[in-house]
Amino acid sequence: MAARKIKFDWVAATANDLKGGEAVFRRADGSWTRTVAEAELVPGGEAGAALLARAQADHAANRVVEPVLIAVDPATRRPLSLRERIRADGPTV
Amino acid sequence: MYRYDQFDRSFVAARVAEFRDQVARRLSGELTEDQFKPLRLMNGVYLQLHAYMLRIAIPYGVLSSRQLRKLAHIGRVYDRSSGHFTTRQNLQFNWVRLADIPDILAELAEVEMHAIQTSGNCIRNVTADHFAGAAADETVDPRPYAELLRQWSSLHPEFTFLPRKFKLAVTGAAVDRAAIQVHDIGLEVKRNERGEIGFAVYVGGGQGRTPMIAKKLRDFLPERDLLAYCEAILRVYNLEGRRDNKYKARIKILVHEKGLEEIAASVEAEFAAQPVATAALGEAEIARIAAYFAPPRFAALPARSAVLEDAQTEDAALCRFVSRNVSAHKAPGYGVVTVSLKPIGGIPGDATSDQMDALADIAERWSFDELRVSHAQNIVLPHVRLDDLPQVHAALAAAGLATPNDGLVTDIIACPGLDYCALANARSIPVAQEISQRFADLDRQNAIGELKLKISGCINACGHHHVGHIGILGVDRQGEEFYQITLGGAEGADCAIGELVGPGFAADKITDAVETLVETYLKLRRDPGERFLDAYRRVGLGPFQEALYADA
Repeated sequence: MAARKIKFDWVAATANDLKGGEAVFRRADGSWTRTVAEAELVPGGEAGAALLARAQADHAANRVVEPVLIAVDPATRRPLSLRERIRADGPTV
Repeated sequence: MYRYDQFDRSFVAARVAEFRDQVARRLSGELTEDQFKPLRLMNGVYLQLHAYMLRIAIPYGVLSSRQLRKLAHIGRVYDRSSGHFTTRQNLQFNWVRLADIPDILAELAEVEMHAIQTSGNCIRNVTADHFAGAAADETVDPRPYAELLRQWSSLHPEFTFLPRKFKLAVTGAAVDRAAIQVHDIGLEVKRNERGEIGFAVYVGGGQGRTPMIAKKLRDFLPERDLLAYCEAILRVYNLEGRRDNKYKARIKILVHEKGLEEIAASVEAEFAAQPVATAALGEAEIARIAAYFAPPRFAALPARSAVLEDAQTEDAALCRFVSRNVSAHKAPGYGVVTVSLKPIGGIPGDATSDQMDALADIAERWSFDELRVSHAQNIVLPHVRLDDLPQVHAALAAAGLATPNDGLVTDIIACPGLDYCALANARSIPVAQEISQRFADLDRQNAIGELKLKISGCINACGHHHVGHIGILGVDRQGEEFYQITLGGAEGADCAIGELVGPGFAADKITDAVETLVETYLKLRRDPGERFLDAYRRVGLGPFQEALYADA
């Protein structure tokens, strides 16, 4: 349950790059990076909704594809779910 | 094999040009993702976890050396020097850039290939027995019929927006290597007592979240009615298939909900309403297509090869390879070679560009320039002289392609799973790798005998776990990967859906569980000739459950 609680505490915005398809994460300055540790972390709730809105504006501007919020551990700056860790790190094989 | 005519060439070229324009408009922002997504899917372009993925159609799994070299080249230039052969006899590139895809499609068109009908709610790339035209047990070569179906279904205007995707498979042998009973339409080409060609027609099979074994609609549909009858089935499905729920939209649900009798009546009524003059396949057209699949000029050879037999006495590795990976050919003195893409600890179905080039060279020199992709994610050299097998084996070994495990426990089918796929819930490849390593010993594998192990990373069942003798399904349980085991599935003429054995296993316990199942089988089998599947069918789940959950 501890993990589940954190899940809604801190979020980052992720998407795929339009041209290359790579998993990318939104920095605080509005640029997108392939390194999740560089992503802007915000608390869930209103701040999260605002981050998602900024990311969706990038989608509308055809910079990235289908942005979503993912839960990130603020201490390690790593995604909490295995799926998102694989997206961030690449295949495990 | 089939060769494009002028119409085919201009059709594919026009399609490449059209998609090039669509990609350019997407990259410039003229098209939104919502507008572009259905267009890219119509050209085999998916967006996966790490990159775009391009799925390339290999019609009924047949490839020439020239085509395979082109795939190797594309892998080298546009991907990471490898490709992934799939359970639908296709090839996927996992690391392509959207901006490069029009160029890739143009390169494919040079060798008469494309990515049309590898996605979307249309009639997908038709699959067939990978030993077609070669196997000793074949009654009729299914490839001409697969090609007729391919041409009929390509961008068929009436069937471009079906309720859901639609898959056809064709076999021409009593031993069903094409898994026709787990397809939307499965066809067995056969001859009646008068020697005429016809089809047993199965409908409504499939895997996924609701696995179903197909039901037989016709035992002997006359050859000329092939397209008209398939059209009648598709028309009934297109009109009556559910569109309110994606998970209930396949024809298997329609067949299940309506029952065989009602579906048969609807199809027969639709079929009867078709004008025979235009709907029937003409003899000339069948002959025209069949001519593309005329057998190569086999030499008149004795059935046994002294060259091979002598070589085998001195080469244990060759001996193993021949006994496991070479199947009986219809022409005396020839064999069908299965090239395993399942090296111990490898990624099932992956081949490097160098390996693809090596296979193309081997096929050109020793297999009449022909290769096949099997739904088991292996490559087949369909026509190899037995005399040449020592050289072929040596060439395969030099390319790391001589693993003698066809049909054994390490010949695992696995989907890409959570390492690549956006739909997956759990990883498949690492599970396959660990099981492969656990059973690496060839003596042990051969002592176990035929055992088909299939792994899917989600309920969509691309890894065919429902029809594995041992099936493994990865699920997400509160954020952890868990693996459920089914037993007793089979894909051939004795098709069966596997039964769930009990609670699932954590990722670090699944290989132990498989080993327990195998050891249980070895203890209870009557003799080494009783395969895992046979033993399971004799004793049922009980002994396996006891062994797996004894401590629970």
